[in-house]
Amino acid sequence: MTRSLGAYVHVPFCSVRCGYCDFNTYTSDELGEGATRASYAVTVEREVELARGVLGQERPFETVFFGGGTPTQLPAADLVRVLAALRDQVGLAPGAEVTTEANPDSVTPASLAALREGGFTRISFGVQSAVPHVLRVLDRTHDPLRVPDAVRWAREAGFEQVSVDLIYGTPGESVDDWRRTLEHAVSLEPDHVSAYALIVEQGTALARRVARGEVPAPDDDDLADKYVLADEAFEAAGLSWYELSNWARDEAAQCRHNVLYWRSDDWWGFGPGAHSHVAGRRWWNVKHPAAYAQRLDAGLSPEKDHELVDDDTRTLERVLLESRLRTGLDLSVVPDGHRARVAGLRDRGLVDVTGERLVLTRDGRLLADAVVRELV
Amino acid sequence: MSASSAPQVPQPGSTDPAVLRNFCIIAHIDHGKSTLADRMLQITGVVDERAARAQYLDRMDIERERGITIKSQAVRMPFTKSSGGDAGTPYVLNMIDTPGHVDFTYEVSRSLEACEGAILLVDAAQGIEAQTLANLYLAMEADLHIIPVLNKIDLPGAQPEKYAEEIAGIIGGEADDVLRVSAKTGEGVEALLNAIVEQVPAPVGDPDAPARALIFDSVYDTYRGVVTYVRVVDGKLSHRDKIKMMSTNAVHEMLEVGVISPEPVKSPDLGVGEVGYLITGVKEVRQSRVGDTVTSHAKPAQEPLGGYKTPNPMVFSGLYPIDGDDFATLREALDKLQLNDAALVYEPESSGALGFGFRIGFLGLLHLEIIRERLEREFNLDLIATAPNVVYRLEMEDGREITVTNPSEYPNDGKIAKVFEPVTRATILTPTDYIGTIMELCQSRRGQLLGMDYLSEDRVEIKYTLPMGEIMFDFFDALKSRTKGYASLDYEPTGEQAADLVKVDILLQGEVVDAFSAIVHRDSAYAYGVALAGKLKELIPRQQFEVPIQAAIGARIIARENIKAIRKDVLAKCYGGDISRKRKLLEKQKEGKKRMKMVGRVEVPQEAFIAALSTGDATPK
Repeated sequence: MTRSLGAYVHVPFCSVRCGYCDFNTYTSDELGEGATRASYAVTVEREVELARGVLGQERPFETVFFGGGTPTQLPAADLVRVLAALRDQVGLAPGAEVTTEANPDSVTPASLAALREGGFTRISFGVQSAVPHVLRVLDRTHDPLRVPDAVRWAREAGFEQVSVDLIYGTPGESVDDWRRTLEHAVSLEPDHVSAYALIVEQGTALARRVARGEVPAPDDDDLADKYVLADEAFEAAGLSWYELSNWARDEAAQCRHNVLYWRSDDWWGFGPGAHSHVAGRRWWNVKHPAAYAQRLDAGLSPEKDHELVDDDTRTLERVLLESRLRTGLDLSVVPDGHRARVAGLRDRGLVDVTGERLVLTRDGRLLADAVVRELV
Repeated sequence: MSASSAPQVPQPGSTDPAVLRNFCIIAHIDHGKSTLADRMLQITGVVDERAARAQYLDRMDIERERGITIKSQAVRMPFTKSSGGDAGTPYVLNMIDTPGHVDFTYEVSRSLEACEGAILLVDAAQGIEAQTLANLYLAMEADLHIIPVLNKIDLPGAQPEKYAEEIAGIIGGEADDVLRVSAKTGEGVEALLNAIVEQVPAPVGDPDAPARALIFDSVYDTYRGVVTYVRVVDGKLSHRDKIKMMSTNAVHEMLEVGVISPEPVKSPDLGVGEVGYLITGVKEVRQSRVGDTVTSHAKPAQEPLGGYKTPNPMVFSGLYPIDGDDFATLREALDKLQLNDAALVYEPESSGALGFGFRIGFLGLLHLEIIRERLEREFNLDLIATAPNVVYRLEMEDGREITVTNPSEYPNDGKIAKVFEPVTRATILTPTDYIGTIMELCQSRRGQLLGMDYLSEDRVEIKYTLPMGEIMFDFFDALKSRTKGYASLDYEPTGEQAADLVKVDILLQGEVVDAFSAIVHRDSAYAYGVALAGKLKELIPRQQFEVPIQAAIGARIIARENIKAIRKDVLAKCYGGDISRKRKLLEKQKEGKKRMKMVGRVEVPQEAFIAALSTGDATPK
């Protein structure tokens, strides 16, 4: 069976650095020489050429995902140009899903029209919260009142799928604040929602603020309550969970690109710091945009390091990833010595077992990592 | 002999006792004993400056790091008198290094027995400390000639006049007689060597009597077996003799005798008054015990030298390998350490919470810490130590008597007629400013004031009877923090007293965790239970179910906490770039799980045991 192939394009630019973000992204002040926004698309095109050498043209990309950073910090024409390179060099399957992330305040009707025109089919807005004081703690600059406009423009531009990203558990966010955000999100009538518990990542400004005691660390019980609220609100609005932190209106509205990750398919990650996984080999690019550009300018691969996924590792990853999906984990994937534990998990109400598949219950989703530790 | 030629150095085995001087140095940690010893080795030419390791006499790393001496050594130093009427006369000085800590009082007393004189070395900026005072009293009881010396006179904070007065007041004499040196710069050290020759009496013994030598130290050497340090009192020990240990009548072949100067030097004999080593091929120090008398097998002495005692462990603690697979390594390590430490006793025990380990008896808390550190450092073991406890004697209603060295063995059924706990006589030296706070502290630890003596206008010696179990916890730390570090403590066991003691158990999900059981006074049981339950609540991670923590005396619950069930244990995001990282995190978590101890269904991290059992923190203040 051939695995599906996807493309991820990392766009490492933001207008401001959000305090909670540990992604590989830079404001214009932080970038060194040789890594300007202006030349970025050209640089990525070089990596696309490299990819063609490895991948050939037999297997077109079924999904493409532009993430960041804020991809829409680049002119729409640059994003379209990179997409065109992917299409021309490797190929794009008919009906391919092409997503870009966007900040609500970094799009205009014109830029959205240009993206749609250039082949983008799906857009995912970083809404995070509808509550101004919560957005401030997250250092998000957009005006929540502009979000409905952005969503409407995307619809008008003809995007087939519109998704919103939300974050819960921000320091200072009350349960009512989160309810407001949920109501707001549902009122946008998105096709898809992602909702993530805030993780205070080491090395971020937020982590330092927590360490200094300026803001409280997220509380697990509060996060659990908010997850339950979100799941209830989305299900009531006709959005069903298909992955732990993702809900979709129907199967067609699921993010096929992300599903590809969770099914251990192949993808090529373009851009600085991007991770790839093709034919049992994982590798990742050098992180800094300047180093990335230098490598490609010199005709070298931007790969920093790699690992080979052996059978045990693959098993562990599959349990880890597939258990997060509503389609569940095939019990045959669970190593022999651990399969007996499934009954205990079911007795504790953490999993349902139908046929040969194990599916997390809502309580189980909240304890997914603990479940996985018992299964491998 | 011309005046310019070097005088003949007296050789071991044929040294006239009249030119021998055997002395030790009594000093507190940090008061500069090792530096002074190094300086003497240099001045007498035994080691040159470049060859000298800093603090030559402290051999073990731990000793060097902590700046303390655990095991004594003896060095023979030839010294030509450089002042006075007998200037130019060769002498031989034997410097016997004594352990400085209260835990090793018995070893100190044996070292003192091997000497005729003692240097009382006191930091001129700090004055005498309680342990030094205790050792000084031992030296005075042993009839040693005391040479008082103030060290560190080069320090800006030195107050030699003040402390000379203080010392003169304690030992009797004139402040002017207190010598002043700087071991660091060497100032006054040569004068001190001359004073030793002049003041310390030469050893006296009968060269024709059957041999008698006192063992004052016994050290295991990997290559040579046990090296025994002796002071010959009567007769002569020759390297071809068979010798007999008078406490056990065990006979050993003597393979080698010699002196340390500062490396071992073989010699044919050791004669009256001489200090040196002997090697018999025995492999364990307990076959060659400190305090025992060595005599000749062919011509044995009738009476041993006085004062031999078997050291009794005063403090017990369970030591458990964090990795259960290390149990055998721990056993081997203890066997090895015991070769060198006759006071170390242990037997295997098992704990429901901690698995298999050993209950180990120690001379005191420092002894415990040193052993634990050596096990971890030299044998690469990760260990959990249970809170140290003393030995309790229980009289049961049916007349039986039980000795409890592990709180979990303390009977719960209430058939106890009386409990006896060991008590100590504690001596605290302190600036007078802190008398009030110290008395308050001792009172709260069930102390009884025995008396108070002013050493000088602003320093006082306070004596208390204190239960030893109370000192086990954080008494020393509390004393130091209440007195800004100025007070010093010494204690010696003096017997036992009946006390109203109870065992406090800790239950997790209704199951007693034996490692957390403690014997405490009834009045502080409640505070202890509340504190430990509260601490465990912080230390034990939330589980998938609720975990009640209870503190109980018998069936009566005295404190209760609750660890709520965990509701969230998942990372919300997992995309392409997160997979390796998440997998590694999972592997790490699984590795961490291996280090969890299961108490019933409850997973308790090792760190929780370590933190909860660390001395002091759970004790009511």
